[in-house]
Amino acid sequence: MDILIYGTINSVTLALYALGFALVYGVSRLPNFAHGAIYVLSGFIAWSVINTLGLNHLLAIVITMVVTALIGSAIYLIFLIRVRGMAISEIIASYAIALAILEGLRWKGFKGMTYTLPVFIEGSTSIAGVSVDYQRLLVVGVGAALVAFLWVFTHHTRIGLALRGMAQDERAALMLGIDSDVMAVVAMGLGSMLAALAALMLLPLGNIVVESGYNVLILAIAVCIVGGIGSWAGAVMAAFLIGFAQILTVVYLGAHYQMVVALLAIILTLILKPSGLFGQQKELEERV
Amino acid sequence: MSAETPSRRRERIDRGIKVRTAGLYALMSWRELSYLILPRLVLIVGLLGLPMMMPGMYWKRVISIVCIYALLAIVFDFLAHFVGLVSLGGAFFVGTGGYLSAILNIKLGLPPLLCVPGATLLGGALCTLLLLPCLPLRGVYFAIVTLMYPLLLARVIEALNILGGTDGIMGIDSFPSAWIEQYLVIVLVLVFLFGLRRLVNTDLGLVLRAVKDNDQAVRASAMNVTFYKALGVFIGASIGCLAGACLVHIYMWAGISTFALDFSVLPIAATVIGGSGTLVGPLLGCLILVPVSELLRDFGTLRIVFYSLILLGFTVFRSEGLMVFGQRKYHQFERWKSI
Repeated sequence: MDILIYGTINSVTLALYALGFALVYGVSRLPNFAHGAIYVLSGFIAWSVINTLGLNHLLAIVITMVVTALIGSAIYLIFLIRVRGMAISEIIASYAIALAILEGLRWKGFKGMTYTLPVFIEGSTSIAGVSVDYQRLLVVGVGAALVAFLWVFTHHTRIGLALRGMAQDERAALMLGIDSDVMAVVAMGLGSMLAALAALMLLPLGNIVVESGYNVLILAIAVCIVGGIGSWAGAVMAAFLIGFAQILTVVYLGAHYQMVVALLAIILTLILKPSGLFGQQKELEERV
Repeated sequence: MSAETPSRRRERIDRGIKVRTAGLYALMSWRELSYLILPRLVLIVGLLGLPMMMPGMYWKRVISIVCIYALLAIVFDFLAHFVGLVSLGGAFFVGTGGYLSAILNIKLGLPPLLCVPGATLLGGALCTLLLLPCLPLRGVYFAIVTLMYPLLLARVIEALNILGGTDGIMGIDSFPSAWIEQYLVIVLVLVFLFGLRRLVNTDLGLVLRAVKDNDQAVRASAMNVTFYKALGVFIGASIGCLAGACLVHIYMWAGISTFALDFSVLPIAATVIGGSGTLVGPLLGCLILVPVSELLRDFGTLRIVFYSLILLGFTVFRSEGLMVFGQRKYHQFERWKSI
């Protein structure tokens, strides 16, 4: 029962990490190596909003998400749009942004125990004899709500449909009057907002540490590769697969091996089915 | 796009002497000969003479570090611009080569001059094997996997407490003499710089460049794309491991810091600053960046911020790099032309 409950929570956590990355990559084919950095950055923004401005918790969440979305769009508009379509430069530029943000935060001294976000709801309950705190339950709830929201958003709103159109075929989308640059900026803003949401949900469970930026990036990429890059359903399925695999390794092998699971998942997927579980759409493009 | 049309444009024309030195006619006169030989001679003599110009042991050591980073940067340039694989993990090669050389030295008791070539070949093979799964694919997979390996390997060594754990492996033999230690890396940089420049113009280099530009054409010529990519990675990884092995014997210590981000980021920054696709550019970039980073040592991780901002600025706004700019000025002249 432990495994089932904590496996679900861990899986939803991974899905939250990965959705923003999957969105940006799916729409503009940009491997956003700055995803983990944006995640950590939004944690620090929330921390400063709560602790220095002394604002209400709910207001802080809204402000953080909006500010992070703006930062994400600004990064895209100032830097990444200039190297659009140049694969080598895209990778290097987004990686450089990630390093600048993360190592800059580390230099500023944002590390250690002192930086924690408050949880939304104190206390814990027990489900079938396993005690779970409310924050973790909230994570699962928000994760489920987010997936539902994203499905509605991409199927029933104009912007969502435009994003999906770009993900499927950029040229055809251009012919239908969808401005691909604008949509890429929107995607990057939304992706950053999702990263901020993940950070706001998950950071209260622990400390804000700079290293988690790299972990989040690695896990997000692992989930996206296993699920098939650009496929949302695949990303969610893969999050559950890796999430349960991680919990099982922690229970039966030890906590050290947790990160190795992600790497093994990537390597196995690349060997067995390079397009991922659900990535039929781009299968032929990726394989040589 | 501005609304008014410009009244003149800049025209670039090859210098006469460049055209004259293209073939056998280069042998016509000393002037033509020196046009070809002088830049190469400046590089070779300059690099060999550099340690003698340095004031103390500290700066001589910095020259060795420059050369180690230069090897990594040349590898990055070779892989990215001649094979089409962006490696974000120079630290992976350094760490693998370093630890292998340390193991060969400590466990088997081999002398450093045998450990280094051993670690080079073994490390190259090991890295190629570990990277093999992502080679049949296009796209970002290679970058992702090379980014992950050094981060994970460092953590695995730390968590499982193998290979000396966080303390690292100590007591590794140094090179037999200070003179060898100083000049080995310099000569290696020169050998691999000119070697790779030669390699990319051979038939094999042509295939490798075709893998980057048009892999379907390579397949259509009945050649195995994955094999050639693996070969390119093996060449690159071997040179990277060689750099790592030399580093370990210079410091007489192998530890988790051989997987540090510095080894991944600085070579990329040096390549982008120096001029990507030239193979000489990365060396120039290292000669600029490494001493600057030594001067900034007090600032800790701010150095990485500094490289990444330079890297970002050059990638996005000035993707040409110093060496390409220099070569253009050397080979061509410009004039304004009215239109």
